[in-house]
Amino acid sequence: MKDLFSKELKVVNMGIAGFHEALKSSGFASVQMDWRPPLTLPPQDRQVLGRKRPLIEKANKKAVDILLNGKPFLIGLEKALDVLPGMTKDSVFHAGPPIEWKRMCGPMRGAVMGALIYEGRAKTPEEAEELASSGVIKYGPCHEHSAVGPMAGIISPSMPVFVLENKESGNKAYGTMNEGLGKVLRYGAYAPEVIERLKWMEAVLYPALKKALAKTGPIDLKNIIAQALNMGDEVHNRNRAATSLLYRALAPALVRTSEPEIAAKVLEFVNSNDHFFLNLSMAASKAVLDPAAGVKNSSLVTVMARNGTDFGVRLSGTGDSWFTGPSPVPDALFFPGFTKEDANPDIGDSAITETGGLGGFAIAASPAIVQFVGGSSKDALDYTLQMYEITAAENGVYRIPSLDFRGTPTGIDCVKVVEKGILPFIDTGVAHKKPGIGQVGAGVVSAPPEPFEKAAAALAAKLRAAK
Amino acid sequence: MVIKTALSKGRYYDSVTLMSVARQLSSSSGVSDAAAVMGTQSNKSILKASGLLVPLFETAGDTDLLIAVKAGTEALAATALARAEDLLKASKKVGAGSCEARPRSLEAALAALPGANMAVISVAGAYAAGEAMKCLEKGLHVMLFSDNVPLEAEIELKRFAAKKGLMVMGPDCGTAIINGAPLAFANVVSRGSIGIVSAAGTGLQETSCAVSNAGGGISQAIGTGGRDVKKEVGGIMFVEGLRALLHDDATKTVLLVSKPPHESVLRRIGAETRRARKPVVAVFMGADPKDVARLGVVPAVTLEEAALLAVGLSKGEKPEAVRERLALRSAELEKAAARESRGFAPGQRYLRALFSGGTFNAEAQVIFRALGVKAWSNAPVAPFAELPDSWKSREHSFVDLGEDEFTQGRPHPMIDFSVRNKRIVAEAEDPGTAVILLDVVLGHGSNMAPAADIVPALEKAFAAARKAKRRLAVVASVTGTQGDPQGKAGVEAALRKAGVLLQPSNAAASSLACGIVRRLSR
Repeated sequence: MKDLFSKELKVVNMGIAGFHEALKSSGFASVQMDWRPPLTLPPQDRQVLGRKRPLIEKANKKAVDILLNGKPFLIGLEKALDVLPGMTKDSVFHAGPPIEWKRMCGPMRGAVMGALIYEGRAKTPEEAEELASSGVIKYGPCHEHSAVGPMAGIISPSMPVFVLENKESGNKAYGTMNEGLGKVLRYGAYAPEVIERLKWMEAVLYPALKKALAKTGPIDLKNIIAQALNMGDEVHNRNRAATSLLYRALAPALVRTSEPEIAAKVLEFVNSNDHFFLNLSMAASKAVLDPAAGVKNSSLVTVMARNGTDFGVRLSGTGDSWFTGPSPVPDALFFPGFTKEDANPDIGDSAITETGGLGGFAIAASPAIVQFVGGSSKDALDYTLQMYEITAAENGVYRIPSLDFRGTPTGIDCVKVVEKGILPFIDTGVAHKKPGIGQVGAGVVSAPPEPFEKAAAALAAKLRAAK
Repeated sequence: MVIKTALSKGRYYDSVTLMSVARQLSSSSGVSDAAAVMGTQSNKSILKASGLLVPLFETAGDTDLLIAVKAGTEALAATALARAEDLLKASKKVGAGSCEARPRSLEAALAALPGANMAVISVAGAYAAGEAMKCLEKGLHVMLFSDNVPLEAEIELKRFAAKKGLMVMGPDCGTAIINGAPLAFANVVSRGSIGIVSAAGTGLQETSCAVSNAGGGISQAIGTGGRDVKKEVGGIMFVEGLRALLHDDATKTVLLVSKPPHESVLRRIGAETRRARKPVVAVFMGADPKDVARLGVVPAVTLEEAALLAVGLSKGEKPEAVRERLALRSAELEKAAARESRGFAPGQRYLRALFSGGTFNAEAQVIFRALGVKAWSNAPVAPFAELPDSWKSREHSFVDLGEDEFTQGRPHPMIDFSVRNKRIVAEAEDPGTAVILLDVVLGHGSNMAPAADIVPALEKAFAAARKAKRRLAVVASVTGTQGDPQGKAGVEAALRKAGVLLQPSNAAASSLACGIVRRLSR
């Protein structure tokens, strides 16, 4: 027996906590694990993933390097129809994995209806609903068209979109402009004031920002995000610092390129919406994750997205397939008058920030929003620390002050998720489950297990077929 | 009756926490039944049997938490369900400690405790072997408390461990003491020069306590799990443990405890013991001492005898001196039995033994079989017959309440006395019962208030007998030490005060109980 009796006993206790307590109270060194069962995976899949681990590691290194080296720049604004690959007059793109009208949740339906009214394709909500379900409208996930959208994530042809370029790989990514909080299209609201705001954004905000950007030249978003993490943002549920930094970058150019009253209105709009930057942190994450797709044998997660019904995941090494499972209802702090009963299952492409090592993965950088995760900054630290266990790398640019500027946990390894039973932790907003009402709270959610189980099984099947 | 249920997807709690929550819910006012389980197939069938399997639960998976309460009214059920949530939240806090990190993965645990060399694993059986293998691969010794680990997995783990010079205690290993550290259900015993290898959990507890209480001390107490000494596993860890103790300078005397090992295992043990340079005592419960002596060891019939022999040998005494003292004690017990066998009603003839420790159930039967009378048990020792229904005694009966039929969805009877308490009263109400024989096991992990939990049941039992104008003898022993969290002396005093004929060991208690019923059957 290897020198057990001559060494100090140090125990890892997995299971009944009382055993740990007894050791501690008797003066012995012991650590209690917060053990949870691994996710479900057929033994033969588990086996092949274990055996091929070196191959997977190598592929993941390649994929995550692409992700880490990406250089997302904001280069301009255009109409969706003009730039989004595959967009037609009848297209409506949405958040999450593919979904048909009849399976869409309330807020997504509301947002589709609002978008059809905004596009002038319907005059009333009833007309919009009829058109939406008629088969004329072609739905598709934003993610399949180089784009991302928060919450319902609806992009219709005449909406203006930010255009981002990843200067490292040359690919583009797109995202709509953020409308603000409360009664807004992305949360499923379609009242006249919602449509009016969208119209103003198209007519005033879009041309003004476009002109200003032409003046400033491309804006380095990675730089803004890195600074914002040092200023208390995790750029998903808190974007106050990043929005302010963007404001500083744009203001002089705006004043120089637009009439004073328009410049003032635009700056007021940006200033009044702490989440204005969210759509850019999302698109920036999309811009660096897209080129990491398609690396053979890689278990790196390149997309996590929800449509309010399903939660979908894509892996670098499993092509264009979506792996889905039911989307969970978030744990949230609710606005007065609302409860969990009102909440829709989790929705939106914004989990792309977590996929890229931001948001919930960087929550330790954001003490101002720890009330979402239990109230103490230690809770936030614990969540971030846990995410290191399922990621492939630490970010070289995005860093967390309270962890001595350790890089954020970046690049989710689906195999680690399945083996350790630790699910990605996502910051999120909560929509009312009925169309037309809007946001009812904000909080956090753990990704559901099914998509990761299915994705790991699919990767295992590919690995088996390869030999 | 109203049934209210809740399903939380992907929310994991260990079964001990859940059983304690269910138990507390069941005792809430107006609640007639409650369950809190993970949604595994076997748990679902338990729910089905108790009528708590609602359609919602049928789709649940292994990692989903299911809670069900059956109560008198809607409001009571809702209150109980809300209470379940509070209890679950509180359970996480208790375990967490105020500022301890609780790593989720083995890698993180090893980073948190550098140099960790032992893993104690008590997670659900389906996962236990996988976790154990991960720990072995990282070079940790393993104590596998979990049961329901497949035999093939046990063999694979132990072969792998033996090759790496590592120890696998278990599966189904309830107790061990390594370098003085109490692992799982261990007692607080003195350290000393006696090393134990045991394939019987309660056997290890009884012998280590008896050694300590007799002024000896324990160097190491290694558990192997009961299957280790069977043919299939081949005694891999029993022999490894024996070898380790024979090589350990701090161990001067070795004590082996087991049910009779398979003959192939006996051969392997003999190969070590015959050339041992230190005395080895062995109690192979139920085996013929003459056969055991052939291994070159000092044989013992009871756990107590084995412990006292080990202490005697470690002090340079001859085995005969120890056996003489025990013979004197036997004579005393005979006198006590004669005294205590008076005053029973004519139909009162039977012994009803209700044990929380499996080894005690075997030991009592070994002692009883000297009487040459028929008896029944749910875990019979040859030549006794299997009880057709474990829940109902017939004639002389020996019941191990730690067997699966009693523990499905419930804590072990060393923790939760409720099933045995009911049984004690039921036996007292049976006009055939003369003697009830019990064990009470102290130590880490066991029931923290054993006297307070069992005395009311004993009072009810005595009252039931009195009401029927019968006498009732309750004989018991307490396994533990004064250093245990429960304190042996206080528990013994409370039992004596309640009218129990208290004995210093299970062997003595069994002898007294047998002595009484022997006189009644004449």
